[in-house]
Amino acid sequence: MFFGGLLFVALGKDPVAAIRTIFYEPLFGQYAFYYRPQLLVKGAPLVLIAIGLSLGFKAGIWNIGAEGQYIMGALFGAGVGLAFYPYEAWFVFPLMVAAGAFGGWIWAMIPAFLKVRFGTNEILVSLMLVYVAEQFLASMSLGLMKNPEGFGFPGSRNLQQYESAFNADLIEGSGMHWGVVAALIAVIFAYVLLSKHRLGFAIRVTGEAPRAARFSGVNPVRLVLFCMGMSGLLAGLAGMFEVSGPAGQVTIDFNVGYGFTAIIVAFLGRLHPVGILLAGGLMALTYIGGDIAQSQLGLPAAAIQVFQGMLLFFLLALDMLTHYRLRFGTAEVV
Amino acid sequence: MKLSALLTGAALALGLATTASADAHSKTKVGFVFVGPVGDGGWTYEHDQGRLAVEKEFGDAVETVYVENVAEGPDSERVMTQMALDGAKLIFTTSFGYMDPTINVAKKFPDVKFEHATGYKRADNVSTYSARFYEGRAIQGHIAGNMTESNIIGYIGSYPIPEVIRGINSAYIHAKKVNPDVQFKIVWAYTWFDPAKEADAAKVLIEQGADVILQHTDSTAPQAAAQEAGNVITFGQASDMAQYAPKPRVSSIIDNWAPYYIARTKAVMDGTWTSTDTWDGIGPGMVGIGEISDAVPANVKEEALAMKDKIASGEYHPFTGPVKKQDGSDWLADGEVADDGTLAGMNFYVEGIEGTIPQ
Repeated sequence: MFFGGLLFVALGKDPVAAIRTIFYEPLFGQYAFYYRPQLLVKGAPLVLIAIGLSLGFKAGIWNIGAEGQYIMGALFGAGVGLAFYPYEAWFVFPLMVAAGAFGGWIWAMIPAFLKVRFGTNEILVSLMLVYVAEQFLASMSLGLMKNPEGFGFPGSRNLQQYESAFNADLIEGSGMHWGVVAALIAVIFAYVLLSKHRLGFAIRVTGEAPRAARFSGVNPVRLVLFCMGMSGLLAGLAGMFEVSGPAGQVTIDFNVGYGFTAIIVAFLGRLHPVGILLAGGLMALTYIGGDIAQSQLGLPAAAIQVFQGMLLFFLLALDMLTHYRLRFGTAEVV
Repeated sequence: MKLSALLTGAALALGLATTASADAHSKTKVGFVFVGPVGDGGWTYEHDQGRLAVEKEFGDAVETVYVENVAEGPDSERVMTQMALDGAKLIFTTSFGYMDPTINVAKKFPDVKFEHATGYKRADNVSTYSARFYEGRAIQGHIAGNMTESNIIGYIGSYPIPEVIRGINSAYIHAKKVNPDVQFKIVWAYTWFDPAKEADAAKVLIEQGADVILQHTDSTAPQAAAQEAGNVITFGQASDMAQYAPKPRVSSIIDNWAPYYIARTKAVMDGTWTSTDTWDGIGPGMVGIGEISDAVPANVKEEALAMKDKIASGEYHPFTGPVKKQDGSDWLADGEVADDGTLAGMNFYVEGIEGTIPQ
């Protein structure tokens, strides 16, 4: 934060005001009643995805493609919703949730299956599938899902105007939509799983000592399928809640990088469910505070990004330094 | 109980907020939401020039704020809401994807005026505005058709939306008029601003033999790629991009938003603002043609300028029949001029363009 202050000074802005705008304004400022719910809106998908990713990361299974699973979840969910349009019924939304989860799950199953069957690298495959998903998204918003009343412009119908499919705030203006609820449930679920359940133990052991895990009877194939599937499912859910709520429609630019930011969130939260919850909140805060600082103080967007980067860098460095001791000079090789 | 207290507090604060901003009427606050960085050298840069022109025109009477690099979707909705809460009276949202968010926010702030660029949804406090870029494309097509030697013209499209398709058609019609053998190769970049992708697209087109590159994306990367390749010409997009003149950049389409932004800001200050749909071209000055460089033969330059004058005066419309659609069916009869409705929603190529519009 000190270096961030220096950065703002270098740009000729009051550092105290800048940092205050970023961290204080969204929480306690004059219009905090609007920003606080926005924190939930922005943070929920991050937390939801990061929780899923953390399960895999703990076990040494690297799903980098959450962004793609997020897109596929949104497409599946929105697809079901649009297929029912304009039929109003209570079961439309639950079906969309199921479809969204399925979409993310199936997309994550591709790298998972390839890994257990052919030993491919899940990092590469899941990452590449992000680009496939992006192309798919473009094709959907230009073709099949295009709003027939949209004068030929790309983008689907707006689900916010379709009551059965709209993931509205549970309490008007509170920002608490179903995605936030799902994120909280996921945190609790992951916490219980990791600390109390046998599967959680298997995940931890596999990450820390793969051979020991194997001896103790952990089935690595099932573990890969579970971790990848779970992270895909949660990412898919996040996408589905986003498309049916805050975003409202399938567009070419629907994804804004939640899937990648969630990786940072997962590590920032030290792969611990409660930590992730806090880290997600912090990320959301810097995004929202950053936008406010841009418009109120005229800070360029790039400066905000640099500030965010520095913040993460120092936090992670701090984490590292508390775990390892820095030794100068060369250690003797034994 | 606690929550309901919170909500009433919020409602109260909202009421306070609106009255508070009404008091601060001495300075009119104008907000701008940008899709790219202000330094992109193209689309957002020109909108920012418009913003600066507003500041210059009214001096202390206005205060402008902007947020750049705003993703289309919920992020933009938050940024607009925040501007409205901070007391902006007029907000320009300068990308097509801000359409639904603009409408949503406008509903919540009936006293704030919104101006959405290139969209089609309006409300009592939401206007739309756009420029007839296809008029400039006609002139580009004319120059490109004359100057190409390989008879292959490369076109970097952003998204297959009517605005872009209109530009392709307009350029093609006029290139074909002067050069019947001309061929268009179109690459879709699916971005408005991504220098790396745009450079790749330009390189692919040049490798396929294109010696003219037209772009509907906002960065100068294709210009740089053309310069590197040597014998390739380009046109500046949205901004003059004069740093690449006289070659590869031989001319440009310049978006000039300043007069519109000044007029609309004035209307808000005077209280005469009403919801409108503006679609201006070369005539009123919203579309400018950047200086045609010496790399263009004198007679071609002369013809291009003559065409510009004719379009400006309304004597000539770039979409004048006879024109057929790609599938061979008739579109415009001899001498017939395309109506704005068809142009606004254009989703077909004209006859002779190869390939299909991505669906």
